[in-house]
Amino acid sequence: MASASAQAGAAPTGRLWDRFSIRTKRVIWAWTFLALPIVFYAGIRFYPTLQAFWLSLTDWDLLRPANFVGLANYQRMFADPQFWQVFRNTFAYLIIGTPISLVVSFVIAYYLDRVRFLHGFIRALYFLPYLTTAAALAWVWRWFYQPVPIGVINGFLSTFGIPQQPFLRSVDQALPSIMVTSIWAGLGFQIIIFMAGLRAIPSTYYEAARIDGLGEGAILRKITLPLLKPTTVFLVVFSSIGFLRIFDQVYNMTTNDPGGPLGTTKPLVLMIYQTAFSSYQMGYAAAQTVVLFTILLIVSLLQLWVLRNR
Amino acid sequence: MRSRIKLAGLAAGISFLALGSAQAVEIEYWQYVFDTRVQAMDQLIANFQAANPDITVKHTTFPYADYQTRVVAAKAAGQGPDVVQLFYGWLDNFVAGELIQPLDPAVFPYEGIEADFFPIVSAMKRGDNYYGLPTAVRSLALFYNKNLFTEAGLDPENPPQTLDELVAAAKATTKVDGGGNITSAGITLDMAGQDHQWWREVLIRQMGGEPYNADYTQVTYNDEAGIAATKFYTDLQQVEKVGQAGFMDEGQAAFRAGLAAMTIDGTFRLGAFSSIDSFEWGVTELPANADGTRSNYASYFANAIGASAQGEELEAAQKFLAYISSPEAMEIWLNVVGELPARRDVALTDANLADPIRGPFLKGLEYAHTTIFVDEAAQRQVAIDMANRILLQGQSVEDSVAQAAQEEQAIIDRAAN
Repeated sequence: MASASAQAGAAPTGRLWDRFSIRTKRVIWAWTFLALPIVFYAGIRFYPTLQAFWLSLTDWDLLRPANFVGLANYQRMFADPQFWQVFRNTFAYLIIGTPISLVVSFVIAYYLDRVRFLHGFIRALYFLPYLTTAAALAWVWRWFYQPVPIGVINGFLSTFGIPQQPFLRSVDQALPSIMVTSIWAGLGFQIIIFMAGLRAIPSTYYEAARIDGLGEGAILRKITLPLLKPTTVFLVVFSSIGFLRIFDQVYNMTTNDPGGPLGTTKPLVLMIYQTAFSSYQMGYAAAQTVVLFTILLIVSLLQLWVLRNR
Repeated sequence: MRSRIKLAGLAAGISFLALGSAQAVEIEYWQYVFDTRVQAMDQLIANFQAANPDITVKHTTFPYADYQTRVVAAKAAGQGPDVVQLFYGWLDNFVAGELIQPLDPAVFPYEGIEADFFPIVSAMKRGDNYYGLPTAVRSLALFYNKNLFTEAGLDPENPPQTLDELVAAAKATTKVDGGGNITSAGITLDMAGQDHQWWREVLIRQMGGEPYNADYTQVTYNDEAGIAATKFYTDLQQVEKVGQAGFMDEGQAAFRAGLAAMTIDGTFRLGAFSSIDSFEWGVTELPANADGTRSNYASYFANAIGASAQGEELEAAQKFLAYISSPEAMEIWLNVVGELPARRDVALTDANLADPIRGPFLKGLEYAHTTIFVDEAAQRQVAIDMANRILLQGQSVEDSVAQAAQEEQAIIDRAAN
């Protein structure tokens, strides 16, 4: 239909079209169909990304025209102790959050896989937090962490005579407190993916190993973990990017002092948001975005390289 | 030939229609979404349209968090509002971005503005020009829980009038459990709420200092007065133990729940507190220092005319702005929103001054200061961090105030460039 109308519409080029080989025609058609998503992505993804690189070299404040200021934004950023605090926080989320969440979800998936009784129900329980809006989860946890009389956790501690903990109001405890909720919220998704990976391993391997007399530990080390590698790679990359981009939990759990006491929970994304949409320093925010982009790129490439197939 | 006449007739008819529609001017008014403000403005627009049948006002609202971005984006798209509401602290940005135009002195005589409005309206003046007029203004006062006062043996009709009495009342009303945890605070400590304004414009002045120089370009609180004010504030938690930052999450939440005897908040909180029915509360002026010096912080949203308004739209916008800054509009705003009239004669009536709730806020306006912020959120963060360094990290008050002054000066300097 499409080719018929194309021929009718473009008679002189019709001959040119006929001269192409089937192979060339196929390529042309493939690119024609691909063009739409490519144009779409170029328009809403790649162009703004490049634009952000340019903006990071200007002093744009949304109101006045942007002036080129060279690397001034980067100089300011690297001299700003707040930026390095945020930088450390971001990596703390990544370096502590990713391994813990993966180990916990693997352990749960590994044992849940063997549970037959109420299997579906338990799996649903783990998955439920993942379906809930991050903002709603964050607010519930925010109240859990409050001091007495409203904080559930502190109420519990004080009934046992343990002194109450400041949690979100502490420069040391605030970041781990937020990380716990964020790990918990993402657990369901990782468990489901791990379980799918476990199910995909053919049971004949296990049977053969058992006949050969391998113990459970050896089976886990020699068969399960190596064969789960593609799943693990996917989850490591996915979870790392998630932790590097953490925002909702932090923002909602500390709205009255965004980024926690003295910025101790503030991730890079929240800093970018505040610079851009509270202080309206778009150029400076773009410079921070470029840094985040670079970190995400390096971390993703590094992980793919480390966990590559040899 | 005949068809040509018909065509001419048609053209004439169309141009006549166009003329008719040109006489009915439509102007656009923008503000952020807040239930009572929207209701009050709808009422004002209805009254204005009844008096000016040839003008229609389109009322557009946006969520507060997006508001500034929307105004800027609309300017970039060339579709700005004709009359726009803005916080007084945004004026520099709005003027620099050419979002609004100065008020025409022929329509709004400047001497009249200075004579009729509270002096804080001068925050809308840049150079020789006024850029907007407020309908209503806000100030701070001390809210107190009468039930908790009675319970502690204090006179609920005689709230604290000085800082010493404030501390004494807070001590009497604080409740602590066996483990030493506060279960009901004497006073809320919440820098992220209105406490940073109390500290900045009230406590520092009461300790004999000035928070900034006259045009708010230099931070001047890094001195004995600034340190004394900060120490007074942090001592409420550390020495007097009558409050705790973060108690019940937010100061206003603690007061609302009946778990704080006193809180400092603004007129804008009256709406939320009016629904409290589990206890009785009262309002009194912010406490004076030992010499009787009082101070207050006042702020307001003003209405300004969009830069794009021209010709008859400009005329209509001026008429509308004049109406929403008129005594009649202020009465409506006071009754619907609860914010105080910006004109002295409308605000300072005997009935209002005698009102147990409006009275203390109105008295505060007489001696209030209006901080010229360059980035309110960032400057507030400086005050929050200053208190946190003392309360959470044990930094000395002197060092913390010095660091805060340096950080805030850097924010102000950057905005000036």
